[in-house]
Amino acid sequence: MPRVEDDRLLRGHGRFTDDIDEGALESCLVRSPYAHARIKSIDVSAARAMPGVAAVYTAADLPFGGIDLPLLIPHPNLTHGRTQKCLASTVVRYTGEPVAFVVAESRSIAEDAAELVEVDYEQLPVVITPEYAAAARHLVHTDVPGNVAAEMTQEAGDTKKALAAAPHRKRLRLRYERGAASPMEGRAVWARWSEPERRLTVYDSTQSPTSIRGGLAVLFGLPESNVDVIAPDVGGGFGPKIMLFYPDELLVPFAAMHLGRPVKWTEDRSEHFTAVNHERGQVHEVEVGFDKEGKILALSDDFIHDAGAYTPYGIILPIITAAQVPGPYRVPNYRVRFRDVYTNATPTSPYRGAGRPHACFVMERTLDAIAKELGLDRVEVRRRNLIQTDEFPYPLGIAWQDGNEAIYDSGNYPALLNRAVEMLGPRPAGDHVGMGIAIYVEGTGVGPYEGAHVQVLVSGKVVAATGIPSQGQAHATVWAQVVADQLGVDVTDVQVTSGDTRRFPWGVGTFASRGAVTAGNAMFVAAGMVAEKAKRIAAEHLEADPADMELAGGQVRVKGSPDKGMPLAAVSVLANPVRYAFGGGTEAATQFSSKREGPPLQGGEEPGLEATGFYSPPGSTWASGCHAAYVRVDPQTFRLEILKYVVVHDCGKVINPLVVQGQIEGGVAQGIGGAFYERLAYGEDGQLRNASFMEFLIPYSTEIPEIEIDHIETPSPLNPLGVKGAGEAGVIPVGAVLASAIEEALGVAITEMPLSPLKLFELSR
Amino acid sequence: MKVNGVNRPAPVDPRRLLSDHLRHDLGLTGTHVGCEHGVCGCCTVLLDGAPVRSCLMLAVQAEGHEVTTIEGLAAPGAPLHPVQQAFHECHGLQCGFCTPGFVMSVVGFLEENPNPSPEQIDEGISGNLCRCTGYASIRRAVHRAAELSHKK
Repeated sequence: MPRVEDDRLLRGHGRFTDDIDEGALESCLVRSPYAHARIKSIDVSAARAMPGVAAVYTAADLPFGGIDLPLLIPHPNLTHGRTQKCLASTVVRYTGEPVAFVVAESRSIAEDAAELVEVDYEQLPVVITPEYAAAARHLVHTDVPGNVAAEMTQEAGDTKKALAAAPHRKRLRLRYERGAASPMEGRAVWARWSEPERRLTVYDSTQSPTSIRGGLAVLFGLPESNVDVIAPDVGGGFGPKIMLFYPDELLVPFAAMHLGRPVKWTEDRSEHFTAVNHERGQVHEVEVGFDKEGKILALSDDFIHDAGAYTPYGIILPIITAAQVPGPYRVPNYRVRFRDVYTNATPTSPYRGAGRPHACFVMERTLDAIAKELGLDRVEVRRRNLIQTDEFPYPLGIAWQDGNEAIYDSGNYPALLNRAVEMLGPRPAGDHVGMGIAIYVEGTGVGPYEGAHVQVLVSGKVVAATGIPSQGQAHATVWAQVVADQLGVDVTDVQVTSGDTRRFPWGVGTFASRGAVTAGNAMFVAAGMVAEKAKRIAAEHLEADPADMELAGGQVRVKGSPDKGMPLAAVSVLANPVRYAFGGGTEAATQFSSKREGPPLQGGEEPGLEATGFYSPPGSTWASGCHAAYVRVDPQTFRLEILKYVVVHDCGKVINPLVVQGQIEGGVAQGIGGAFYERLAYGEDGQLRNASFMEFLIPYSTEIPEIEIDHIETPSPLNPLGVKGAGEAGVIPVGAVLASAIEEALGVAITEMPLSPLKLFELSR
Repeated sequence: MKVNGVNRPAPVDPRRLLSDHLRHDLGLTGTHVGCEHGVCGCCTVLLDGAPVRSCLMLAVQAEGHEVTTIEGLAAPGAPLHPVQQAFHECHGLQCGFCTPGFVMSVVGFLEENPNPSPEQIDEGISGNLCRCTGYASIRRAVHRAAELSHKK
């Protein structure tokens, strides 16, 4: 069904954070122009003296200026985790790190004043690539030896022995560069402090308002109930909008409290490039052992992950990569070691795919290398190594991001491959045409939990709320479908609020393809509780057995006797035993008198036809898919033409096909951008040379082909809805597919991502 | 200047961009700002009927001209404009941030070319970036909008 949230967005009545004004002061950050430098002095006197400037803050002016920002998700292997200060006062470690915060009557005054802030820097040696960081000629943090934040080795089986015994062995060095999510809306924060109510209200273009609220309450010493955080319409997220905290997320509320006026900050595009987290940078050294049939006997992967200047998000990314390298294939002996190294570049945290596109690239390049070595068909080599349908649940022997062992819950990988090959069809005629194929699995729907509140109003309409916000994933439609299904009402009668702590204060956030699994199932649980309550109340008044009741057509009625029932609206009125009843259901409700004895609300009962339910997954669900493509590469201009691109996707049960299709099409487009057009070009001095859309080339429509999509559904056994999550899937295998196809088209070895016409020209020389 | 058919003689700071003037002085926040350097197309409005980047114009340059923003396509409560309707039917939007710019570009494009070929549709929307949809649904929406416009 089409989305219910479209109308206001299409009329220009969306409400994004920068749309909120209410006489707010405006602000801007003074950021470091150097990738690594010692701060000798900061002089803000001229900026403070400028007319129209309300305040200029440095670390010395902040009560929390001396503390390190939180390190999320600590891990025993993260022995040298480091986070930045809200504003740097001694050393800056990446270009764009904030040093001062200016608040003024308008943005233009704030920017003019920021120009007057004088910072005296002494430049320090810059560490920019992961290889350079690992060589440790210079240190990003003087107290982190070797630039190594974390090191972790895991093994399933005996890889050394199996490699030594393998009839064939192959070594590969594979490199994936940094990428940027680049949502069309940058980040923004708006805050208001009400002194009489001692209440802080924050609008934030975040993927996790509940967590932002928790952190702000602690930092400012307020009860959580005095802090409201709302993620209104958010213009795309894709991962980096879930960082706790970007400095502005503390500075804007602080300034609003300090100055007693609303304050807003809206990022501009150039600062988005250096101040919002990146991802993807990894270098892998792989050794694979295999037999003459092409079956993998052992795989060893030793990789470095580019953390950037700090590790606010812990080591989730390399942990995910380590677990996701084997993918849908049997790897009987697998050893993986990673080192997470500091560089003088923007910190990294998950970006759509989160450690998986690189993992998939590593495994699929390895399978192509095996096929080449043995002269076998690439599809056949994959077929021979796939995990079969009778092997689930399939334990990997490697840790997953939730700390437990990664265990695939379900899937049908051979069916994915067969269907994709069928859809791809015969090879197009012509020279310089190549075929690429890749299969992936994706651990989705991680916990710990999400919750939902569902209430039937006395009008019979339904409101539902969950803590996680939408950045375009159609929560208002999809949750309404789940709730409507449970309550037997029309979807358009269910109004969903998401990402507003005033309506639902608990939860974690929108990330890791987890919304449908966690919040979707929480909606299912809460709506189920409401349905049970409705059946009990209606049964009592109709003198029937609750087990015989059903909810359908806006009625609660006895199964098989459709005229013996009452409107859900009437049940809602009856659920609240007050003296003064209001609303559309009242008249109907008064026709039914309760025969119950005792107090109106008996032991444990609560008024209202509402419930709060939670869902906490026992483990990740594992979505999967196969992508395949034909490409042509012009041997003179190295222009890439994608002739055909097919996707077979399995995200378990599909709630809304239109929404899933949109997620896949969008994911593939981002994958194509990340594989061939978008490259963050850092100079050796740590300057990002292409921090604009003029030079960081996000694809337009002209670069994205039609994507042919088919689904198979293997419902997850782990949750009531049987869903697995679809948000990131589209992006994961695209680099691997295009690498394989371009390698064949041009006959040059592809061992790195992203590619570009220039890169292919260099490789072909 | 005239905005959505109404004279708006507001005094404007000479360095105020048209996009900022529409959003922050006139409260027409449906026009979005994605890059402020004329690449993303989120801020597209119609100037005398033709699509322009409102972030690449000063507000004072619009003096004496007629500006149409996304809010001007369909009155509140009235049915959606065919292009808006087509985006809804074809799931041509996800987060909705680039959407007003796309819709305004497509309105201008279909005025000039009411029967576009698939290649012309690609060209017609190639001045706007979308990070959510991968463009497939937007192409379908443009095709559908052309159909709906003819029926009207």
